[in-house]
Amino acid sequence: MKKFERFEGVVAPLDRANVDTDLIIPKQFLKSIKRTGFGVNLFDELRYLDEGQPGQDCSNRPLNPDFVLNQPRYQNAEILLTRRNFGCGSSREHAPWALEDFGFKVVIAPSFADIFYNNAFKNGLLLVRLEEDEIERLFQETEEREGYALDVDLENQRIITPRGEILEFDVDEFRKHCLLEGLDDIGITLQDDAVIRQFEQQHREQRPWLFR
Amino acid sequence: MSAKTLYDKLWDQHLVKQRDDGTALIYIDRHMLHEVTSPQAFEGLRLAKRKPWRLDANLATADHNVPTTLIERAEGNKGIKDPVSLIQVQTLDDNCLEYGITEFGINDPRQGIVHVIGPEQGATLPGMTVVCGDSHTATHGAFGALAHGIGTSEVEHVLATQCLLTQKMKNMQVRVEGELGLGVTAKDVVLAIIGKIGTAGGTGYAIEFAGSAIESLSMEGRMTVCNMAIEAGARVGMIAVDETTIDYIGNRPYAPTAEQWEAAVADWRNLVSDPDAEFDKIVTLDADEIEPQVSWGTSPEMVTGISGQVPDPEAALDETIKRSHVRALEYMGLQPNQKITDIQLDKVFIGSCTNSRIEDLREAAKVAKGKKVASNIQLAMVVPGSGLVKRQAEEEGLDKIFIEAGFEWREPGCSMCLAMNADKLGAGEHCASTSNRNFEGRQGYGGRTHLVSPAMAAAAAIAGHFVDVRSLPANDANHAQEA
Ligand code: SF4
Repeated sequence: MKKFERFEGVVAPLDRANVDTDLIIPKQFLKSIKRTGFGVNLFDELRYLDEGQPGQDCSNRPLNPDFVLNQPRYQNAEILLTRRNFGCGSSREHAPWALEDFGFKVVIAPSFADIFYNNAFKNGLLLVRLEEDEIERLFQETEEREGYALDVDLENQRIITPRGEILEFDVDEFRKHCLLEGLDDIGITLQDDAVIRQFEQQHREQRPWLFR
Repeated sequence: MSAKTLYDKLWDQHLVKQRDDGTALIYIDRHMLHEVTSPQAFEGLRLAKRKPWRLDANLATADHNVPTTLIERAEGNKGIKDPVSLIQVQTLDDNCLEYGITEFGINDPRQGIVHVIGPEQGATLPGMTVVCGDSHTATHGAFGALAHGIGTSEVEHVLATQCLLTQKMKNMQVRVEGELGLGVTAKDVVLAIIGKIGTAGGTGYAIEFAGSAIESLSMEGRMTVCNMAIEAGARVGMIAVDETTIDYIGNRPYAPTAEQWEAAVADWRNLVSDPDAEFDKIVTLDADEIEPQVSWGTSPEMVTGISGQVPDPEAALDETIKRSHVRALEYMGLQPNQKITDIQLDKVFIGSCTNSRIEDLREAAKVAKGKKVASNIQLAMVVPGSGLVKRQAEEEGLDKIFIEAGFEWREPGCSMCLAMNADKLGAGEHCASTSNRNFEGRQGYGGRTHLVSPAMAAAAAIAGHFVDVRSLPANDANHAQEA
C-alpha cells in the first residue's frame, strides 16, 4: 500500500444519501479475477445510459451528461464529497477498489456504513466524517467555484479549504498510522517477520516432516 | 500443566504471536489453492511487490469449474466453455508457473477436489495447520490437523506471511457413542449431528468429533464427518489421531519416510485430547438411534431419517421455524407429512468433497451392481474426487458397474456440487445428492437438492425415489458401510 501523503485535490460532489455498494460497482463486475480496472465501471448505472457488461470497452458507451463525474470540471477529482451512510449494502471490497482505481483518495461524508469503512481503510482509501452543516457548506462552495480543491492533511487530522478555513476530523489512531505508513494487514504482520522466521526455524527443527 | 484438548494442542504448537487486541498469528504448514478464490490474492501480491513466504507450503489444483465429460477434458483448458471459468483456471496456471507453486493441472492424474487430493497425497498430515480459500477445509481435520476455511484477503495474507491472523475459538466435543447399524454411514452420522445441533450449533467453536462410533470410521468416513463441520456452523472440525490415521498416511507421496516417519508417528500419537481436558460444550448422540438420513428442506439441518416424513409446519415450535419450514416446503415442492420414501427424483449426483473418495464409490457400486437406473431418472452421475480415485475405481471395475446400471462416469471435479460448470439441475428438479449444501439454487436455479449418503443415492437412482438402503436384499447394501 502507498503511504498516504498530504495533498491538494479537486472535489467532486455526489449529492445523494445512502449510496450503496451496488451503485458504486454493480454486481456483474464482480466476476473479474482482478482487483484493478474497476474504475471505468465506478457508478456504472449512473454514469452510462446503457447497461454495462464486464470486459466491455467503455470508451464508446453513451454517457449520462447529467451525472457529476461526467462533467469536464470534475474529470480529475481525487476527493468525493457525498451524503450520509455512504457504502451501505453488501460487503464487497470491490467498492473501495473501484473508487481508488478511478482516482479517488478521499471520501468525505457525514457518515459511512460499517463494513465499507473497514474495507476502505484496509485498501488505503481515507474516509473523513464531518458534521452535516460543514458538508452542506462544502457542497455550496464546490458548486460555486470550478476547480475547487481541498488540502487534506491526515497527519494533523484537518482539511483546509481554499478560503483557509480549517475543518478538523477524527480518525482512529491505528488506522491513521497504517495509512500514513502505507501498512495493510499484511504489512502489519510483516513488521513481525523476525518473530515469524524464528518461530518457523524452531518449528522446522522440531517437526521437519511438516516442511516438504 | 493443565489438561488440553486436541484443538488447544494444535493451537499452542502453531502460535507465533498473541496480540493485545485478542487476535493471534498462527503459523500455516499447508496452504491449498484453487482457481476461484486465489486470483485476486495473487494480484494483490503482485501489486504490493511481495513474494510468497514459503513456496513448498503451497499446493494448487483447479476443481470448482472444470468440465467433467471426457470429450471436454480431452481438450484441456480449451474444453472449458464458460469464458469466466476459463479465465480463472488459466489464471491459476499462470500464477503457479510465475511463482513456482506446485499445481496439479486440469489433466494431471493427481488433479481433483482440493479436499480429496491433499489427504490423498499425504500433503495433509496430523499436527498440521491447513488452510484453503474454501469453507470445506475442515475436511483435513480428520487427520488430527487444524484446518480452517479462509477468504480471499486471507489467502493473500497466508501467501505473503505464512501466517493466519485469527482468534482462538471455543472447544466443543461431539460424541457419537455405540455401534452404527448396517447401512448407516459417516454421512448419516454428520447429517444427524447437524439435525440435532442445527446449522448455527457450532458457531464460534472448533468441534472435535469423538466417541466409539467415530473411532470405528475409516479415514474416508472421518473426512466426510469433518467436511460438514461448517454446515453445523463451525469453521473447524477435527478427529484425534489413532492407528487408522497413521495407517492411511504411510507411503503417500508427501508423507515422511525412514527415521522421520518414526519420529513423526511418535509425535502424532499425542494428538488426542487429554482425558481430563475441558470442553466448553459437549453434545452426545447415540449411534444406534441414527438411521440413513435424507434432507427435505433448503438448509442442511432440515433433515430426517429415511423412515420419517416431511414435517408439518403447523407443528413447528415457534413462528420463525414455522415460516422457514413453509418457505422450504414451497421451494422444494413437498407436502407436509409426505413420506420421505414417496419423494420422486429426477437426477442423482454422487460426488463432491464430502463423498467422492474410493470408499464412497464402493458403497454406491455395491448397491448399483446388476441393477438399472429407474426410467424417471434423467441423469445419474458419478464424479470421482480425483484422477487417482478414478483410476483406482476403474481398476476395481466400479466404473463398469455404474455404466452398466445407467450412471454416467465422469472426470474429477466439484461438478454439480455447486454447478459452476455445465453440470446443473433444472428448475423444479429433485436430486439425490451426496454433496453438502441444499441451499436454494445451489445445484442450479430452482433445483431441489436432497442430501444423502452414496449408498442411499445409488439406491434412490435404482428405485426412482428414496428407499431405505437397509431394506434392500442382503448382498447389496448390508455391507455398504464396511469396505
Ligand atoms: S465439492 Fe463442493 S463443497 Fe467441496 S470444494 Fe467443491 S464446490 Fe466446495
